[in-house]
Amino acid sequence: MSRRARSRKAPRTGVDWFLTFLRVAALTVVAVGLLAFIAQEISTDNPFARWANPDATGLTGAQFRGLIVSGIAQGAMYGLIALGYSMVYGVLGFINFAHGEVFMVGAMTGMITSNKLADAGYWESNFIGSLVLIVVVSVIVCSLTAVIMERVAYRPLRGSPRLIPLITSIGVSFFLQNASVVLLGPAAKAYPDVPDWLKSKHTFLGIEGARILVILVAAASMICLWYLVERTKSGRAMRAVAEDAEIAELMGIDVNRTIVKVFALGGAMAGMAGILWGILFRSVIHTTGFLPGIKAFSAAVVGGIGHLGGAMAGGLSIGVAESVGPLLILEPLGVSGVSQLRDAVAFAVLIGVLLLRPSGLFGERLPSEDRT
Amino acid sequence: MNTTLPPTTGPQPEAPRAAPRPAFTHDWRRIARMGSVAAFGQVFIALSNMPVRLDERLIVKPVLSLGYLVLLILPFAAGYRQGHQIKRENMPVCAPGPNEVVGGFLCGLITGGGLSLLAVLVTHFDLREPLVNWSPVLLDLLSFSNEMWFAVVIWLAIGAGMGAAGGVLRLLGPKSHRVVVTMALAVAGAAVLESLVVDVAEGLGLEPLTDRLYAPRGGVAWPSALGLAAVSGLLAVLGRGRFRQARVRHAQMEGAQRTRANLGLIIATAAVLIVLPLFAGKLTNELLANVGLFVLLALGLNVVVGLAGILDLGYVAFFAVGSYTAAVLTAATSPKIAPEMPWLVALIVVVIITGLVGLFIGAPVIRMRGDYLAIVTLGFGEIIRLLFLSDWLSGWFGGSQGITKIPGAGIFGITEVSGTDPRRVFYLVLAFCVVAIYISWRLERSRLGRAWMAVREDETVAEAMGINTVNVKLLAFVVGAVLGSFSGAIFAAKVGSVFPASFLILVSIVILVVVIFGGMGNIIGVIAGSAVLIGVLGGPKQPGLLAEFSEFKLLIYGALLIWMMLARPEGLIPSVRRTRELRQQEMAQDAWLRGQVDDDDAGGADGPRPAVQP
Repeated sequence: MSRRARSRKAPRTGVDWFLTFLRVAALTVVAVGLLAFIAQEISTDNPFARWANPDATGLTGAQFRGLIVSGIAQGAMYGLIALGYSMVYGVLGFINFAHGEVFMVGAMTGMITSNKLADAGYWESNFIGSLVLIVVVSVIVCSLTAVIMERVAYRPLRGSPRLIPLITSIGVSFFLQNASVVLLGPAAKAYPDVPDWLKSKHTFLGIEGARILVILVAAASMICLWYLVERTKSGRAMRAVAEDAEIAELMGIDVNRTIVKVFALGGAMAGMAGILWGILFRSVIHTTGFLPGIKAFSAAVVGGIGHLGGAMAGGLSIGVAESVGPLLILEPLGVSGVSQLRDAVAFAVLIGVLLLRPSGLFGERLPSEDRT
Repeated sequence: MNTTLPPTTGPQPEAPRAAPRPAFTHDWRRIARMGSVAAFGQVFIALSNMPVRLDERLIVKPVLSLGYLVLLILPFAAGYRQGHQIKRENMPVCAPGPNEVVGGFLCGLITGGGLSLLAVLVTHFDLREPLVNWSPVLLDLLSFSNEMWFAVVIWLAIGAGMGAAGGVLRLLGPKSHRVVVTMALAVAGAAVLESLVVDVAEGLGLEPLTDRLYAPRGGVAWPSALGLAAVSGLLAVLGRGRFRQARVRHAQMEGAQRTRANLGLIIATAAVLIVLPLFAGKLTNELLANVGLFVLLALGLNVVVGLAGILDLGYVAFFAVGSYTAAVLTAATSPKIAPEMPWLVALIVVVIITGLVGLFIGAPVIRMRGDYLAIVTLGFGEIIRLLFLSDWLSGWFGGSQGITKIPGAGIFGITEVSGTDPRRVFYLVLAFCVVAIYISWRLERSRLGRAWMAVREDETVAEAMGINTVNVKLLAFVVGAVLGSFSGAIFAAKVGSVFPASFLILVSIVILVVVIFGGMGNIIGVIAGSAVLIGVLGGPKQPGLLAEFSEFKLLIYGALLIWMMLARPEGLIPSVRRTRELRQQEMAQDAWLRGQVDDDDAGGADGPRPAVQP
């Protein structure tokens, strides 16, 4: 629906004016913040920079690069999680709110396996080998979690009003979080120490090795997933079910099995992201899944939900936005303690995207019943 | 799974009853599946530490603790469920017979096998590293402080016994069912309500009675448990059908007669609620006040979710805004501005500000699709908390330190209500609950309420009928926000301090569970839901009657939400319209089936004549 068509359909009401005001205000804040930032970068004595934030210091080039790269690494993880949201939405048309918790399960599994490996001394002696091992274990566990979730909680609800599975998935999310508390204890748990080459900053752009690893692994998984979905037979079945489940069934596709595969794939990606999270932050707690889950959902929406490449692109943009956004826009405006507002910025991006362009950057692909 | 659905349309056609199945003909895969699922759940419960933690809470003095009760329920349920027959059109339903008992026995045996296996594993392996409850204490509990082999045998036996008991219960038929269930509920209820009953009895001077009922250190003493079961069983036998009759009669009443009956009920309830706290101690009143606060919140969310059908996951934002506004306006220690208004004056400002916040949050999200709206409101809920927490606004709201030393709520200078006297808090909450109930009750039957329901059922059609959907939905948001802010303002005065940590997203989820559990869109249901869940299990931070559950209540809330959605999405006490919407598809299917059967009938289709009465 083009904007013109909408404006012709309904007269502008108070709500519309308010929305327009919000859009303009949001854009103004961003623009003024950016200008102030640029002014700062030119010279911190610049009156425009001083006007907003007298203590402005600006960023050095290296700091800025560091922020961008850490944003990309973070965003790559969001992208991996977002793939699960996007695929499930594409096929079933509901938001699997519990997907963030699958990611948490992955991080927890990685923590348990890697600590066991570290106890056995294998983690230090063969780091790459044990990394592969924990990835395999976590991917399997997460796929299983996602599949069981679908079987127990979502399959019986197919065809019910859309909000019902959403509420159920909130329940699943709550349950998984608290199951982790009662089974594994409420304290934050640490990953074993990683080798120095992951922690030290490399001459190449001055980035930590772990971040490079995260970006590479995420890219590799994305390519695998792309191959699976676009080039294999079951991938074609998934796309067919996403297009129109009923017709796909008539064409001889086993819809139930395809949906299980979709959940398994999404779970696998979340498991991968969980391990990457563990390697990067080396600590995991039962609430680990909540914020990344919401942000990954935002990423899926930003990229156009149901769109695989879009999910990854959305993830990267959310990651970069929350990493540089506070310093780029809020700090020059004189907001103090901006790093605390990272999450608020991520939510604001979500709200902003839904306000400005609800179909996302790449347009959304919706299941057939939503398109009409 | 979804075969547990109760019949949804009027009188279901009674399928013909066939002879019981032979005792040893079973769907073995079904038994194995159900048994292993139950065994898995059993092991999960055991590893979650629930039995160990709840072992201290006795139900029947020397015999049964809550810890063992949670382990006994699953094999029993599996054994009962195993005998369930799916009713199909034209298919005879087998009469229950020994088959059910044998099936239940086997099912329970498999279930018990899970714990037996766990006992063996706990003895031989050490998985304490990831699983915190993998401990000798657990083994001790499982083996009744005996050797490991004893645990293996005893749990197989207990499982099989409970499973068979489940089968026997199915054998008994619906009438004896009710008696058994009443007896079990009476004993369990007496045990759960122990502190409440003792407290009130003390106030009324009835200690001798409770001393006899309860054992000295908690739990119903076993002779009185037997007595209680006998009395309640007798009552159930005598009162068979009376309750339903009364309800039917009430439903059939009209005009003045109905008003009189309703008035009688209301006066009776009000009398109990006003008199009860006078005789109750501090703890009971505290509990009642907490329940009341959540009733207020749930009523507010009910307007948004239940009536207008907007899934608002950030409802805690309004609670937070209400609390913080009241705190800033009344507390002398408020960091930036401290007008130190009287509470009632502040309340007016609170209502205005929360209404505006409702508008501000509502306006951008109101056009979104339902599921996007849910996530975005969740985002707003979190943003509001993060803003209260941030250093940026700590000059106004104190950051993570919050605002402390908030004075109590002064009511026209007559009394001051603060957390030190929970009885007054309860009366204040009760007054606001009455207001909220009146508002929601009137709204539900107003033009606006009908518009909300129309929007909930089909937005496009509602719009075509001339309803301004945007304004109507915004109003729902604002009304919900204002009701939530009442609760927030009382909360601030009651607790005397507000911190961002009191307004986590999980508060929203708990309120949502309460509303869904009770029955979306039904005022009585929502109140009952809050009373049962918050009263027994407790709120996010507030302890309930079963304080031992505090570690597990969030887990239980999650499981409950899933289960309600699967088995009974309309809630415990459903609203009629809501049920119809949620079960639309099933009802259409039923209707279609009936039509289909009739068509076949007319065409002289093969097969026996279907047993469908018009």
